[in-house]
Amino acid sequence: MKWFDYECPRTVEAAVGLLSAPGRKVRALAGGTDLLVQLRAGRREADLVVDIKEIGELNELRLDSSGLTIGAAVPCYRIYNDPAICRAYPGLIDAVSLIGGTQIQGRASLGGNLANAAPSADAVPILIALGAQCLIAGPGGPRSLPVEDFCVAPGRNALAPGELLVSIHLAPPLPGSGAAYLRFIPRNEMDIAVVGAGASVVLKGNVFAAARIALASVAPVPLFVADAGDSLIGKPVDEASINAAAEIARAAAKPITDMRGTAEYRRHLCGVMTRRAIARAIARGKETN
Amino acid sequence: MGTKGRCLVSSRKDPDVPKTGQSGLSRRGFMQGIGVGSGALGAGILENEAQAAPPPGGFSGPAAVPITLRINGKSTNLTVEPRVTLVDALRNHLDMTGAKKVCDRATCGACTVIMSGKVVYACSVLAIDAQGKDIQTIEGIGSGNKPHPVSVAFVHNDAQQCGYCTPGFVMAAKGFLDRNPNPTFEQVEKGLGGNLCRCGTYVGVRQAVLEAAKEMKGGKNA
Repeated sequence: MKWFDYECPRTVEAAVGLLSAPGRKVRALAGGTDLLVQLRAGRREADLVVDIKEIGELNELRLDSSGLTIGAAVPCYRIYNDPAICRAYPGLIDAVSLIGGTQIQGRASLGGNLANAAPSADAVPILIALGAQCLIAGPGGPRSLPVEDFCVAPGRNALAPGELLVSIHLAPPLPGSGAAYLRFIPRNEMDIAVVGAGASVVLKGNVFAAARIALASVAPVPLFVADAGDSLIGKPVDEASINAAAEIARAAAKPITDMRGTAEYRRHLCGVMTRRAIARAIARGKETN
Repeated sequence: MGTKGRCLVSSRKDPDVPKTGQSGLSRRGFMQGIGVGSGALGAGILENEAQAAPPPGGFSGPAAVPITLRINGKSTNLTVEPRVTLVDALRNHLDMTGAKKVCDRATCGACTVIMSGKVVYACSVLAIDAQGKDIQTIEGIGSGNKPHPVSVAFVHNDAQQCGYCTPGFVMAAKGFLDRNPNPTFEQVEKGLGGNLCRCGTYVGVRQAVLEAAKEMKGGKNA
């Protein structure tokens, strides 16, 4: 690993100051399970690593009437160890409990999974499906961004130089809402999604009142398929509606062929995984209706 | 040779590393002696009691900086560059070679240690970032004369072949059992999902963990 300086600021302002350092390649470090591997492999460069784990706001994990706020440095295990969050956001729990193995989950943060901007990131489709907002701090002040706009290219996110992802916010779950994330991998653990599908629905009786669907590993960025979710709105909760939405998701996918699967195989999986994710989201939605 | 003459010099050749003698002759010490012409140099042991850790929030690097790690209940001072990972600090600076460096990319689990009660890959934690945490390594959970119940169960169940993944598996199993003292087979399977064994000893490992769980009931040897 190439040399770097290391700093551990205590405040968002100090971190933004460091991230804005002119002429330096600066990287924010949370759990390090992606960053350190990439620095070692030469896939990313840094001459200053800013450890963001000592900053209060980035460690916040708060569930209240305004929803769920997850500080960008909060590791996965803290999220799935909270019974109230497990009850309120089971779809999010699907994702954070299958990122890596136990050793990864003890360190890796949800914010890091998002900021790493991998097309295969397991947490991102469900965050998109749940309509999450990113809170960002930077030299120009704070701003917020819908999570579907956060990843802009493989490994690249929407943060401008000096900007820092502070937290991710989810609205409170509505009555009749349910969400799920499913991933297809050939192994049981510790693998990268061949295809992942996140779905959230809001049910009013036997009709879809709202729905959002997003996919992993089938496009340069986690793919929000707005049309697939929209197609469900106002439709009865039945197989025909689900199949139609899954077909839209399948058609929207732009997968590549690689060692994990061919493009054709992935497109087929998009339909299958979307159907299953919607079905699981519906089952959960019925429990809260 | 390198940029600004910094950090391309290994800390093992750092003049700050005292040339502490190594008592006894270990295989590793012997190999190091061959490699660098001094059995003592490679050991790099800096096991002084904790004195002054750099204040958290301060500026560090890229040259070697003094840090303090709390390993197996004992505070240890050492001098490492910020880029040095915990597994490299353990193996190259402290001569604790139980945690194995295999994939070095957060995948295989051979470097597993327990940090603040949670299992982590020591290859993907910076040593400087491990300060202030309680670190438990395979060296700290038992000895040849008095092995940990998990280690004993591994022997009983032939849970190793070449043995290189074994220390990581034992630490992962201990970390798992600390949290799940009465696991099912399926929970063991999932709980140890972060460790790989190329020899394919998984069946033995899972049986060993279940046996160790029975052995450790009531918190003894925990």
